[in-house]
Amino acid sequence: MNKESTVANKSVWSDNRFWQRSATWVTGFASLLLIWLTFDSMGQIAMGNDADIQNGVTKRVPGPTVINRKITYEMSAARGHEIPVIGAKEMFFGRDDYSEEEAGALLHLGKLGQQAKNCMACHTLLGNGAYYAPDLTKAWLDPAWGPNGPLQAMTGKETKEEAMAEFLQHPNLYPTHARMMPDLGITAEEAKGLVAFLKHMSSIDTNGFPRNFGRMQGAVHGK
Amino acid sequence: MASSHLTGIGSESKQLATWYFTFAAIIFGAQLLFGLVAAIQFVMPGFLYGILDFSIARILHVNALVVWMVFAMFGSVYWLLPDETGIETIGIKIGKLLFWVFAAAIVVVVLVYLLVQVGPASDTTIWFITEGREYIEAPRWADYGIVVVVLGFVANLFFTGMKGQQTGIVTVLMADMIAFAGLYLAGMFFTDSISMDQYWWWWVIHLWVEATWEVFVGAIAAYGLITMIGAHRKVVEMWLWIEVAMLFGSGILGLGHHYFWIGTPEYWWEIGALFSALEPLPLVAMFVHVLYDWGKETGLQMAEGYEGHAIDGHTVTNKPAFTWFVMNAFGNFLGAGVWGFFHTLPQVNLYTHGTQFTAAHGHLAFFGAYATILIGMFYLAIQGTNGIKILRHTKLSIWSTSLIALGMLGMTAALTIAGYVQVIVSRAQLGATWAGYFDGQSGPWFTQAMDWRLIMGVVVFTGFILLVIDLLTTGKKSVHKI
Repeated sequence: MNKESTVANKSVWSDNRFWQRSATWVTGFASLLLIWLTFDSMGQIAMGNDADIQNGVTKRVPGPTVINRKITYEMSAARGHEIPVIGAKEMFFGRDDYSEEEAGALLHLGKLGQQAKNCMACHTLLGNGAYYAPDLTKAWLDPAWGPNGPLQAMTGKETKEEAMAEFLQHPNLYPTHARMMPDLGITAEEAKGLVAFLKHMSSIDTNGFPRNFGRMQGAVHGK
Repeated sequence: MASSHLTGIGSESKQLATWYFTFAAIIFGAQLLFGLVAAIQFVMPGFLYGILDFSIARILHVNALVVWMVFAMFGSVYWLLPDETGIETIGIKIGKLLFWVFAAAIVVVVLVYLLVQVGPASDTTIWFITEGREYIEAPRWADYGIVVVVLGFVANLFFTGMKGQQTGIVTVLMADMIAFAGLYLAGMFFTDSISMDQYWWWWVIHLWVEATWEVFVGAIAAYGLITMIGAHRKVVEMWLWIEVAMLFGSGILGLGHHYFWIGTPEYWWEIGALFSALEPLPLVAMFVHVLYDWGKETGLQMAEGYEGHAIDGHTVTNKPAFTWFVMNAFGNFLGAGVWGFFHTLPQVNLYTHGTQFTAAHGHLAFFGAYATILIGMFYLAIQGTNGIKILRHTKLSIWSTSLIALGMLGMTAALTIAGYVQVIVSRAQLGATWAGYFDGQSGPWFTQAMDWRLIMGVVVFTGFILLVIDLLTTGKKSVHKI
């Protein structure tokens, strides 16, 4: 053993084994804590079901039959930010009685479509993805797709869901900006699934993200 | 052991490393090219519309990023393994076979991205065209291929580490690479719930780039300090263990900063804020460590009248590589640490999440934390394969390093300004709607920032071309000491 290492071994602070053990313990502890929190989070973000919606049980991620309902995004005094509120029955492609299976199948198709068409390579969902096109977290609630909104008017459709589905099938026919969405070969059925996916996503409790969604338009534009 | 640091001649492991480095450099070029296409599309939206849309350019840009870095990381391990363990890497024949399997799979995946692009909303698309999940879009068949290749790589590393001399660096790499491989499995399933999807997706993305990859960088930096400036192994490895403790101690639960807004409970605000705020600390430590060792070794040699050092009184035996290693120490701190901390607190992130702010951070962090040190490894390999004792800078290496660094900083500045516009106009003022988004995108500050991003991107690409020329030619130049 040379002189240098003898000196270095005198203090625990310069002892490699001490730091190796510390690294192991710290990593192990952090990992266990993460696993424990993951179990808790899994329970809290497990998708709800139709009974929850019928009984007014609030779930962070509601079941697929939320597409039968009106969804709003309202300020919660208790939580200090906006939260999605599931309201009364609302027509979705002419129906408000989708069963658990039917709604689940639509959502499944929509989620597959979202991945198959690479939506997140331009848009953000829940704020994650690319920044070339608008965030879609609460796209379902965007006033532009609403009854008096320019995007719904542009497609000439009577309802929000039909307008969105029409746009998704032929985005190249409806330029909303110089940055146009390309034609991704989305079929009518896939578009329906994608709109169901978007409506469902708008019902997820995202802890107030995005803030002030769609509220400040009037103030800024002076309408 | 000391002499084998300097030469790759005769080592099959080092030969395989050069294959990995070469393929990595090619994919690095592809990453920059597709990045340029995407940057042009921000300025001229009609560019290649309907042929190579932004989505495809962007997928190729970010996937190429991940792939070239993984290739260069594997190459780095194959390069340092004989030096560290004192033996030839075990199972190198299988390693070489797996390299070709890996490279071929990447080529097929890229061709499908380019030529097929999207598929119908079905499992077939997920299996054979794209999984459509940022950074890990590779279709499911490729996922399984990657798992097999990575297991082979990990086996090479483990068998060699267990048979040869198991240094602290090798021990850290063994533990780190098994975690790196295992985490990929978290990204290999389909779920209807976007919240569940994002939860596990972050296990791959975050726990790679903010935990296992950072530890990998710590190990590579340790190796570099020992080989290039003759730093004392015991001190270097002590620092490495401290870094591992700090990186995993902050990075694992720092994962929480991705769980603020995806449907997960509010307690992630506090956990994510606390631990991710700690994440820059190990990066400061790594920076201090590199500069400290550099200064110390120089001081020792000066005190001993330049005679204490093994090689001709020079502190650094590979100037270009060491330049990149020092840039890594600083860039990691600046890009991952400072730019990450800017927007990691939930109060700020509520407005910055999903804006160009994230892109600014992403660009500087991936460059500062990973590209730099991996380019440094390219130079170590050039030195080794050419049997050069002291590799010096050339005009090309200085120009390429300067242009790449300047371009990256410029892009980051431009994207940060664009991010501010987005945060204030699209988010705070207009509440993140479709109309608010495009209002923000149309303002002069945003569009000018995008012009500058493109210009700076061209600067980076120019630097990259010079880098490739230097890497191909420097080994034969006479400025070095053989």
